[in-house]
Amino acid sequence: MKFYARRITFYLVTLWATISLNFLLPRLMPGNPADIIIAKMQRQGEVSDTTIRNIQLMLGTGGDEPLLEQYFAYWGRLLHGDLGISVTKYPAPVAELIASALPWTIILVGVATVISFVLGILIGAWVGWKRGTWVDHLVPSTTVLQSIPYFWLALVLVAIFAVNLRWFPIVGGYDVFDFPAGPEWSWAFFVDAVEHATLPAITIVLSSVGGWLFGMRNMMVSTLSEDHIVTAEAKGLRPRRILTAYAARNAAIPSIAGFSITLGFVVAGSIVMEQVFTYPGVGKLMFQAVQNNDYALMQGVFLVITITVLAANFIMDLVYGFIDPRARHNV
Amino acid sequence: MSETELTERELHDVQVAEVITPLTVASAAVEGAGQRMPRQSSRRGIRALMPRWSGKLAIGLGLLTAIVAFGVAGPWFTQDPRDSDNPSLQPPSPEHLLGTTKLGYDVLAQLAQGTQGSLMVGVIAGLIALGLSIVFGILAGYLGGWGDETLSLVTNIMLVIPGLPLVMVIATYFPARSWLLVAFVLGITSWAGSAVVLRAQTRSLRSRDYVSAARVAGERAPRVILVEVLPNLLPLLAAQFLFAIIFAILGEAGLSYLGLGATDSITWGTILNDAQTGQALGTGAWWWFVPPGLLIALLGCGLALINFSIDEIINPKLRIAPENARRQRKAAKAGRGIAGPGLPTATTTTAEGISA
Repeated sequence: MKFYARRITFYLVTLWATISLNFLLPRLMPGNPADIIIAKMQRQGEVSDTTIRNIQLMLGTGGDEPLLEQYFAYWGRLLHGDLGISVTKYPAPVAELIASALPWTIILVGVATVISFVLGILIGAWVGWKRGTWVDHLVPSTTVLQSIPYFWLALVLVAIFAVNLRWFPIVGGYDVFDFPAGPEWSWAFFVDAVEHATLPAITIVLSSVGGWLFGMRNMMVSTLSEDHIVTAEAKGLRPRRILTAYAARNAAIPSIAGFSITLGFVVAGSIVMEQVFTYPGVGKLMFQAVQNNDYALMQGVFLVITITVLAANFIMDLVYGFIDPRARHNV
Repeated sequence: MSETELTERELHDVQVAEVITPLTVASAAVEGAGQRMPRQSSRRGIRALMPRWSGKLAIGLGLLTAIVAFGVAGPWFTQDPRDSDNPSLQPPSPEHLLGTTKLGYDVLAQLAQGTQGSLMVGVIAGLIALGLSIVFGILAGYLGGWGDETLSLVTNIMLVIPGLPLVMVIATYFPARSWLLVAFVLGITSWAGSAVVLRAQTRSLRSRDYVSAARVAGERAPRVILVEVLPNLLPLLAAQFLFAIIFAILGEAGLSYLGLGATDSITWGTILNDAQTGQALGTGAWWWFVPPGLLIALLGCGLALINFSIDEIINPKLRIAPENARRQRKAAKAGRGIAGPGLPTATTTTAEGISA
């Protein structure tokens, strides 16, 4: 129980740190973001006093209100689920914009990450098992895949498969001409969305599978020289049983424990990649926010991305605690 | 940490400290001698920490040297990368080896300048990340107790906060960004992964007898860290530095591609950003967007190949286990093996002992 309590405390502290960082950043930076945003909004139409007040709560007043008071007011707004108003799509609330973009990214990145993780673990286990054979020479090539920037791979894939061969659509998350009313619950829409997501998903899997594969292979090689493997061999167990039950299961543990490091890569990569495909996810939203100096939208997206990553890591921690009892007992 | 490779150093330190704890030292020395593989006996002192020469290392160093040379010497031999007098969007020709951009810049000249820019961002960011990971990793691992708890908490928080979105947020607040600022921001957001590994290694080193001996002998903490702990972490630090460089270069490229990179210099990322805004993809100007990405991939590949060689020092099992499997297979082929044709095992020493 102590293990779970510790992990939950840790994620709460991290969440608090992220939100405080979000609060402090615009106030520490040069210039006055709040004034810039208010000026921008006023060019687009009337801005009410409450809106101005809310923006100042979010980004700093520039006035002489004590920082601590601003901090509590900021928390107050946040707890009401109010992330401010977007300038880019004035007057749409940031929370709504994010809510409509988040599913696209979560489904795309989530499915691609699971595929890539499973592929990496399976191939990595096999390559590690075949240590000392020709397969070893394939291992360095995984790092080439890892060092290719996601968005560049996306550009090349688009140039080959979408522009030249016309196998896949070039941009978007669905065909806006076939479905002018937006996303709907129908089989036709689902097929269309999958078609649009294939190339982005291939990009993510290709770029991230190398990391899982490489880590798993190295752990596999280390695990296979442990004494318990020798014992298993001496007992005369079948190689397949040694591979699955004795070696791969133990070797996979660090991959799960190191999930957060790799997930950070994937999330960062897909944010930039979405821009190439103009995929309607949070990455594109972040890009729009950045281009228009839409600080409220930008900070909202950052907060939501961070919370999502924290949630994914928390789930992996629970899985880790479940499969590796040592983690639960050595607290 | 590499137990086999460290024995040289351990033995040395152990001999120095022999006066203090002869009993534990004797057992440590025996242990150390037992761990040592016969193949390692020729590699002593600092050479034990250097990578072995191999095809992978040669290719890696070759790629790295070529790209660095291109970045350093390239700008001398190409035209001004900001000279827009050339005809626009020309495919590669003898006059412009890699063609020209939409604005009439020579792509090769831009690439040479961009190589320099990207490498500088990578190295500076790598150094910053290295310094921070040493402070947060080694110090936390060595101190233990409350110091460790606090430093680890900061590390773990930085580890789970996604780096690039944070960098994007920070970069947006600066209207003009120098390449130094970009390198700085990338450096302070990318050290956590290394710090976690360094902390674990330091904790394991800290409990070794020779470190305890140094502490009992009354050495101060800074000296113990610098003289006893740090040298044994050198291969790991080198690997992490190379990794930090490629991470920073990838991050810079992504940032610049989104238009958030340095505003005062040309890098691989800014070339890709220009290509994106200049519709290079739609007009089929492959010579514009393929070379920068390819260079990033090649540099990453070169650094990773060097890291492979370093990895085999940090974790000798990675080198010894495949070698043993190979040797045993050969022995089985020659009819000397005990396991028959099926299973590769890691117990060559026993297998050889029996068959001999």
